[in-house]
Amino acid sequence: MINNGIINNKIIEVRDVHFYYGGFKALTDVTMDFEKNKVTALIGPSGCGKSTLLRLLNRMNDLIDGTRVEGRVLFEGENIYDPHVDPVEVRRRIGMVFQKPNPFPKSIFSNITYGPRLSGMTRRDELGALAEQSLRRAVLWDEVKDILSQSAMMLSGGQQQRLCIARALAMKPDILLMDEPTSALDPISTAKIEELIEDLKKTYTIIIVTHNMQQAARVSDYTGFFYIGKLIEYNATEKIFTKPDVKQTEDYITGRFG
Amino acid sequence: MISVKNRAQHSSSMKWRYIKQRLFFAVVTSAVALIILSLGGILSYVFINGIGVINWDFLTQHPRDSMTAGGIMPAIIGTFYLTLGAIMIALPLGVTSAIYLSEYAKQGALVRIIRIGINCLAGVPSIVFGLFGLALFVVFLRFGSSILSGSLTLGILILPTIIGASEEALKAVPQTFREASLALGVSKWQTILRVVLPNALPGILTGSILGIGRAAGETAPIMFTAAAFFTAKLPHSIFDEVMALPYHIYVLATAGTHIDQTRPIQYGTALVLLALVLGVDLIAIVIRGYVRRRKRW
Ligand SMILES: Nc1ncnc2c1ncn2[C@@H]1O[C@H](COP(=O)(O)OP(=O)(O)OP(=O)(O)O)[C@@H](O)[C@H]1O
Ligand SMILES: [Mg+2]
Repeated sequence: MINNGIINNKIIEVRDVHFYYGGFKALTDVTMDFEKNKVTALIGPSGCGKSTLLRLLNRMNDLIDGTRVEGRVLFEGENIYDPHVDPVEVRRRIGMVFQKPNPFPKSIFSNITYGPRLSGMTRRDELGALAEQSLRRAVLWDEVKDILSQSAMMLSGGQQQRLCIARALAMKPDILLMDEPTSALDPISTAKIEELIEDLKKTYTIIIVTHNMQQAARVSDYTGFFYIGKLIEYNATEKIFTKPDVKQTEDYITGRFG
Repeated sequence: MISVKNRAQHSSSMKWRYIKQRLFFAVVTSAVALIILSLGGILSYVFINGIGVINWDFLTQHPRDSMTAGGIMPAIIGTFYLTLGAIMIALPLGVTSAIYLSEYAKQGALVRIIRIGINCLAGVPSIVFGLFGLALFVVFLRFGSSILSGSLTLGILILPTIIGASEEALKAVPQTFREASLALGVSKWQTILRVVLPNALPGILTGSILGIGRAAGETAPIMFTAAAFFTAKLPHSIFDEVMALPYHIYVLATAGTHIDQTRPIQYGTALVLLALVLGVDLIAIVIRGYVRRRKRW
C-alpha cells in the first residue's frame, strides 16, 4: 500500500531504487515521493534500511567503499546520481543531522560558520549575522550567545545536537535529513528538538528516521514503513497510525512485532 | 555445592595460580628493571666521562690541534642542518603519502603492497641507506658529499617513521568528523585540510620529532654522503660538506693517532648528541601528553 499519489508538491522522487553494500542488498525496489515543506518519517525495525535510504538522498553512501545504486533519485526533477552531478553540490542543498551529535572540536562560532566560510562567505559581519540567525532558528541562541568562542565540546548532548542542526541550517539547505536525531538525548532535549522540527518545516523539507512511534506520530505529516529493505506502506501519518492497510505495519506500530 | 575433595583441588589450583602470578610478575619486573638499569647505565657512563670537557668553549669553538683540543661547534651546526634538511624533505613527502594511503587509496592489494614496502624500508640497515645515497645523490645526481645529499639520505631513512606516525594520527581522527564536514557540502580535500589534518597534527608532530631524533643520531647514512672528517669553514650552501656529531665521534674513536688522547672529547660529543636527541624526544612526549589531556572525543 504505497500511496505516492497523495504527494502533490514533490521535492524528491525515489524511483525503482535498489541498493547494495558489496554483495548485500539493503534496499529493494523502493519508489517513494517526498512532499515539500512537510515532515516525512521513516520507520521500521532495526536493519530494515532506513538509514541507508536517508543517506542515499544526499549521496552520503558514496563514502562507503563497494556500494552500488540502481534506479534514480530525482531532486527537483534532476537525478542526483547522474554522472555529471557533483555530490558536494547535492550535500550543500540537502543537509544532514546524525544520530550522535558530532560537533567539530572547535568553538561554537566556528562550528556554525565552518560550512559557509568554505563555500566562500568571508566577511566577519555576514558570518556573525548568519551564526546568530542559525542559532536562533535552532533555539540555541539564548543559551550560547555569551560563549560563542568556547569549545562546542563543552555543551550538553542536547545543546550539541541543536548546534549540529544550526550548523546544517547555516548552509541554507532545502532539505534536512535527520537520522534518529533524538535517540541519544534526554526527554527534555527531545521535546525541544521536536518543537524545533515543527517550526522548521515552514521553511524546510524534513525527512526523519525514528524508532520512537510517538515521535513519528507527533512530528510527521507522512510516514513510510520499511521492512527488510522494502517500503511496505506509505501514507499520511494519521492514516498509518490509526488505520494502516497492511498487517505488518499495524503489528510494528503497536509493538506486536517479532 | 563444593565437595570436600573438590575444595581441596580448588585451593591447590588457587595456590598454583598464585605462584604462577607471582612468577610472571617477577619476570616482568626484572625485565623492566634491566631495561631501566641499562639505560641509566649508558646515560650515566656517558655523562660521567663526558661532562668534564663540556663548557661554553666546547660548544662554540672550532676543533684545534688536529681535533685533540677545542670545541665541536661545526659538528653541532652540521647535525642541525642535516636534520633540518631531512625533516624538510621527509615531512611533506611523508604526510602526503599518509594522506593518500589512509584517505584516498582504495584499501586493497596495491595499498597492502605499498605498506609492506614501507615496513621493509623501515627495517633496512642504515648503512644501506648510506650506500644508496652515495650512488644516487652523490655520484649519479652529482650533488657530491654535501648537506643536500646527506639530508636526502636521512630524509628517506626517516620516511617510514613519519608515514607510519601520520597514518596512525589520521586514522585516529573520528570518522564522524569527516561525515559532519562532508554532509555540509564541503569537498573531500577541504575536509582533509580543515578537519582531518588539524586534528591529526599533534600525532604527526610527535612522529616527526621522533624522526628528528633518529636522523640526528645516525652515522652510517651520512658517512659517504655529507660528513667531513674535518672542515675549517662552516657551510655556506647546501652543496657544502659538513661535520656532524655522530660522525665526529666515529672519527675520533676509530681513526687517527690520538684515539686515547681524545677520549674525553669523544664522550663529551656523545653527551651533547645524547642530550640533543633526548631533548627532542622529550618535546615529543610533552606534546603528546598535552594533547591527550586536551582531547575530548
Ligand atoms: N556500511 C555497511 N556495510 C555493509 N552493510 C551495511 C552497512 N551499513 C548498513 N548495512 C546493512 O544494511 C542493512 C540496512 O542498514 P541500515 O543502517 O540502513 O538500517 P536501519 O534501518 O537504519 O537500522 P537501525 O534502525 O538499526 O539504524 C542492515 O542489514 C545493515 O547490516
Ligand atoms: Mg539507522
